[in-house]
Amino acid sequence: MTNQVSGRGALHSLDWFTQFHGGWLRLDEGIMQVPETFDYERVATVEDAIARLAHHGDEARLIAGGHSLLPMMKLRLAIPEVLIDINDVPGLDHVRVDGDELAIGAMVRHAAILDNGILAEHYPIFRDAERKIADPLVRNRGTIGGSVCQADPAEDLSAVVTALRGTIVIQSASGRRSVPIREFHTGPWETVVGDAEMVVEVRIPIRTAVGSAYEKVERRVGDWAVAAAGTFLQLDGDTIADAGIGLAAVGATHMTCPEAEQALVGGPADGDAFAEAARIVSESVHPTADQRGPVDYKRHLAGELTRRALVRSAARATGAGEDN
Amino acid sequence: MGTTMDVTMTVNGTEVTREVEPRTLLVHFVRDHLGLTGTHWACDTTNCGACTLWVDGEPVKSCTMLAVMADGHEVRTVEDLDTGGELNVLQQGFMEEHGLQCGFCTPGMLMTGQWLLDRDPDPDEATIREAISGNLCRCTGYENIVRAVRWAAEHGNGNGSAGQDTGDEAAADDAQDQDHDSDEVTA
Repeated sequence: MTNQVSGRGALHSLDWFTQFHGGWLRLDEGIMQVPETFDYERVATVEDAIARLAHHGDEARLIAGGHSLLPMMKLRLAIPEVLIDINDVPGLDHVRVDGDELAIGAMVRHAAILDNGILAEHYPIFRDAERKIADPLVRNRGTIGGSVCQADPAEDLSAVVTALRGTIVIQSASGRRSVPIREFHTGPWETVVGDAEMVVEVRIPIRTAVGSAYEKVERRVGDWAVAAAGTFLQLDGDTIADAGIGLAAVGATHMTCPEAEQALVGGPADGDAFAEAARIVSESVHPTADQRGPVDYKRHLAGELTRRALVRSAARATGAGEDN
Repeated sequence: MGTTMDVTMTVNGTEVTREVEPRTLLVHFVRDHLGLTGTHWACDTTNCGACTLWVDGEPVKSCTMLAVMADGHEVRTVEDLDTGGELNVLQQGFMEEHGLQCGFCTPGMLMTGQWLLDRDPDPDEATIREAISGNLCRCTGYENIVRAVRWAAEHGNGNGSAGQDTGDEAAADDAQDQDHDSDEVTA
């Protein structure tokens, strides 16, 4: 198990969640905004990256977009001794249909996800979410692989992949393994990725008669979510054949709510069903009060945003939804 | 650990090589190592966009990229926007529409705005606001910045950021400034 923010075992404060998400607030405390020293290597293949990770052990970190790791390094929440730059590694920037799944390379940047036609056709939830992730400049750098590996409970793409029940493909010297997203995150900032392993792909099952949507409330453009919910609905006539829910920033176990999903499946795709699922979500989450709002507000948002995402998912599944 | 490294990159068309610590941020590299202080350094947390420059033709926040990550790549800073010492159309737009007050955010606004115009020569207001949503301004309320980008769109920009007709209002001769910029890069 790898804690993405360790490295020299340094977690300097118990309330570092707040410090990271409100990192700029610490400027007046004299925190240096330059990382601790480290060594830097570039690799040209996935195999090289894994070999270097194996060589350095848990003091090394991969860097791609760097838009999660570098801010954490500036705050000394992460102090890796070696950074291994994988930006030159080819073959990780694809989005394609592969059998009955969509395959998304780990190095696909947010901007490419936002503009991708295959994802928009199958799962507009990606475009919904990307429109609300940070800003265009950040989206030029950040990657989907980095997003899921960051394992941030407030991160949007992790909630999207969770809603869609995607799998994460992890490569090591002995080959590849696939881990369902709902088993991939073992806790805040923790994943099942080992020291000498690398996430290479995100895979999403292709579904028919499906609609999906993402709803997020943020304090200002580009901010982390106060709360966010993403859903998909697969319909069989008027009946819900399958449903998925992903939740960000509200303390949802594994970023989802299986009880609400089960309540939906087999029933009608109507407002009463969505309201009941929203009620279950609202009661199941464990948000914490912080600068973004109190617990009862976030609990309300978790339910209401789930309900709105379900309404839009159903509309899109039947072709009645807006096509943007 | 932290052994210094040579980095070589093309900055504003000129190849430069410097010895840096791996932890050197790209914003500090262009400002402190190359003397290109047009790129501003402010929030240091990927929020404000004052440090926006281009890497391989795309705007990035240079406080959140290491100089060593730009090794072998092409960097373009605000110093490269002018054409032969004359303001380019977008820069003229900021002047015409009072798109700045204190001016601190302006380099980042210009680099993001130019990228937008190069991709979309006639952006509407919503598109402009979305494009600059990663660049914070504390003075203008954004209204005049949006107007400045629109001014540029309406005055022939959008078909590339260099070498375009800048109109007859611009100053004709400022070759000294241009030389000065080149010296900074190669010093």
